[in-house]
Amino acid sequence: MTFEEIHSALAAKLGDRVGPLQAARKDAYCVVRADAIVEACRFLKTDPATAFDCLQNLSAVDGFKAAPMIKVVYHLYSYSKRHTFILKVELDRATPVIDSVESVWKAADWLEREQYDLLGVVFTNHPDLRRIMLPDDWVGHPLLKDYKEPGDYHNISHTRESPLDGFVRMDELKKKIAAEKAAETAASAPKKELLQ
Amino acid sequence: MSEARRAPETPTMVMTTNKEILKRIEYTGDMLLNMGPQHPSTHGVINFLVQTDGEVMKRAIPEVGYLHRSLEKIAEKVGYNGFMPYTDRVDYIAAMFANQGYAMAVEKILDIKVPKRAEYCRVIAVELNRISSHLIAAGTMAMDIGAVTPFPYALREREFINDLLEELCGARLTYNYLRIGGVAFDLPDGYTEKVSGFLDHFEKILVEFDRLLTFNEIFVQRLAHLAVIPAEMAIDYCLVGPNLRASGVDFDVRRDIPYSVYPELQFDVPLGKGLVGTPGDCWDRFYCRVEEMKQSCRILRQALAQIQPGETMAKLPRKLKPEEGLEAYSRIESARGDMMYYVVAGGGESAWRCKVRTGSFTAMGIIDILSRGLMVADLVALIASFDVVAPEIDR
Repeated sequence: MTFEEIHSALAAKLGDRVGPLQAARKDAYCVVRADAIVEACRFLKTDPATAFDCLQNLSAVDGFKAAPMIKVVYHLYSYSKRHTFILKVELDRATPVIDSVESVWKAADWLEREQYDLLGVVFTNHPDLRRIMLPDDWVGHPLLKDYKEPGDYHNISHTRESPLDGFVRMDELKKKIAAEKAAETAASAPKKELLQ
Repeated sequence: MSEARRAPETPTMVMTTNKEILKRIEYTGDMLLNMGPQHPSTHGVINFLVQTDGEVMKRAIPEVGYLHRSLEKIAEKVGYNGFMPYTDRVDYIAAMFANQGYAMAVEKILDIKVPKRAEYCRVIAVELNRISSHLIAAGTMAMDIGAVTPFPYALREREFINDLLEELCGARLTYNYLRIGGVAFDLPDGYTEKVSGFLDHFEKILVEFDRLLTFNEIFVQRLAHLAVIPAEMAIDYCLVGPNLRASGVDFDVRRDIPYSVYPELQFDVPLGKGLVGTPGDCWDRFYCRVEEMKQSCRILRQALAQIQPGETMAKLPRKLKPEEGLEAYSRIESARGDMMYYVVAGGGESAWRCKVRTGSFTAMGIIDILSRGLMVADLVALIASFDVVAPEIDR
């Protein structure tokens, strides 16, 4: 099936909760309202015409400065029908909460945990939502655009002194010494005159 | 031996924190075994919290993240071209693939047409890398379950490939050979003969390798019928590459979503058929890789015969600055399966978001459910059969 056919099948099922097909930006996708995502995914998986049996990728993108939202992107693939589709959900940036699709595809378990860890998207009804890459007591979500490094973790510093601090190149050092000598002789020369 | 050692079951309630796991283990009198993070057979720094009752595991919970280097954040800081050396570190056993996936995603965004010769150079480099990666996978798998001899055999052959790749790009591990729009260097003089010479030698070695290891009675007994993954389960957990094909799913990105010059090359896609056990068992996953090496040899011979003189780099602007909001994903058949790069352009000179979905990451997700009811010693065979590489899990 083409993008258009899949999109029209989805739109027929969910009505106005599915946005129009956006085809202008390389890969066509459609935006689904957050409350309809599990229903949309389950429909796309179980409907024999679409049969999306695999969740290829789940990623979250922190919105642009112009549009402060977090987009969750679902790349679907069907091994039986050999077609692909992309779903997007736009979430409020301050409280990104969305239902988990773990009940539809088991692969979502780890993929959602990763996005929770790195971008702070909370997946409700997830069986085991905890950090996966970072330690459990880490503060903040690093892939957010306004993330500030905490500076240290259990007194392990995130920064180190540059080994080049106070480093002087040999030729510059020689120049410096020569300049100092010249200044010294220049300073001592008038004294001699005074002595005479 | 006649029946599968364990039947796959649906996952029950999962506990939320490690503390709760410890509490439950204390309550039931089971033993908690920390396997890793520093353990020779976890293929990198991965920790497994193993809940055991004697020799039988109740479950093994993978704890990953020890090698997290925030490569996706780095992609947002350095330029499009600047990220290329970092992609080597996504998967350092098969760095060419990580290069290729990233290059293809950015080329898709920028509408770059890669010259034909560059595509052939890529295929030659990538297939050589596939052989070397599968040699490591096969060798370490044998070593993990106690056969030490095949490992140096495999590594000896890998050294030849390392030499060939070093001649091509100057590096033996993190190649940084591919560029956005082509490849860094053309094939050196006499490269075709050298690779052909290696293939003549290596195809004989593969037969020897089969005699030494693949159909070795002890090896087969150890791995057949072990940790069987049915096809639906493999798809549901998004297993990719040889792990997926071992379960009988006839899918290869090179053939089914053609990219590069693969449509011009003839090759078969080996599937797990349960030759000595059940389809989708550990031995099938191993055998798929051995068969893939043979197919890679076939592809290499054709690519070397078909390569024509020409440009190796497309004409590119000095600074890559795609329009804001453009996004693309690329899928390639890496040594560890379907690798996916999802790149979003932010209008600047570096990507707004770069997500890497790797085969090892999803393969780790299935270990928890598969480990239930296995013996502790079989966990090592299970991990090795997935050919996971720690940096690819954690990125």
